Amino acid sequence: MVEAEPVGPHHTPLREQFEALGQQREADTLGMWVFLSTEILFFGGVITSYMIYRSLFAPAFHIGSGHLDLVSGTAMTVILLASSFTMALSVHAAEHGLRRRLMLCLALTLVLGLAFLGLKAHEYYHVYQERLVPGSRFHLEGPHAREVQLFMMHYFIMTGMHALHMIIGAGMLIFLITYAARNTYKNYTVEICGLYWHFVDIVWLFLFPLLYLFELRTR
Amino acid sequence: MPRLASPRTFLKVFIALLALTALTTGAAFVPLGPFNDAVALLIAASKATLVVLFFMNVRYSSRLTWAFAVAGFCWLAVLLGLSATDFFTRHWIPSPSAFPWR
Repeated sequence: MVEAEPVGPHHTPLREQFEALGQQREADTLGMWVFLSTEILFFGGVITSYMIYRSLFAPAFHIGSGHLDLVSGTAMTVILLASSFTMALSVHAAEHGLRRRLMLCLALTLVLGLAFLGLKAHEYYHVYQERLVPGSRFHLEGPHAREVQLFMMHYFIMTGMHALHMIIGAGMLIFLITYAARNTYKNYTVEICGLYWHFVDIVWLFLFPLLYLFELRTR
Repeated sequence: MPRLASPRTFLKVFIALLALTALTTGAAFVPLGPFNDAVALLIAASKATLVVLFFMNVRYSSRLTWAFAVAGFCWLAVLLGLSATDFFTRHWIPSPSAFPWR
């Protein structure tokens, strides 16, 4: 458990409540994973709701899914995966004290994250124009119109909560870039923030087939 | 043992993730009936596993970290599984109270 660790200016220093860096690192990682477990269950609630309503109103969910743009959904998936890749490279750069590469990778991650949010905003606007936002302005012809609102409700809650996490992640990246620019970054801060970013990516990996691919699958 | 994977490994994982994305979108166009859901979720789960193991460094972490990482997904399985036992079995015994909104 206790191991000798190289300590440089970019390494998180040992805080007094810990015996060794290895122990501190383990505690930090476990703490983040406990938080991420609560996040899994937070998104799990709405995924459970989606599963139940989809089983009850499959035709309506099929129609709703057909109104979403598969091309933009796939593009968002690729953008988010690319941002996870650059985030993983950031963690690697921070660990080895490569400050310029760290700044470049963090900036790329931020740009990709903002590109994702831009596409999302564009999609929301499109859905709004099609009058598919649940509520009094909702308008759709057809036998399942009422239940399609349920699908759109799930769409907005799932992607909205995900987008909120992305915005928080983008704010986190801005802090990390500032630390890197001032040369006060610590390797473990970057790694823990990376865990959060990758988690948000994983949530999207499940939202994508649930929301965008369903229409095709039942054709 | 290294604490992190190398950038070369990250690149390989990234390429694998892109390939799986292409596969899942492609598979959605192939009519497989109820198996389309299974395929899509299986691919999503394998992508998530790649991200957890390599990007989140769990592959290079302690057993305790493994346990913590798996715990959340286990509770999610309980949440989805036990909810499914209610809603997916209601039609087994016909009763007016099974689907009161119909």
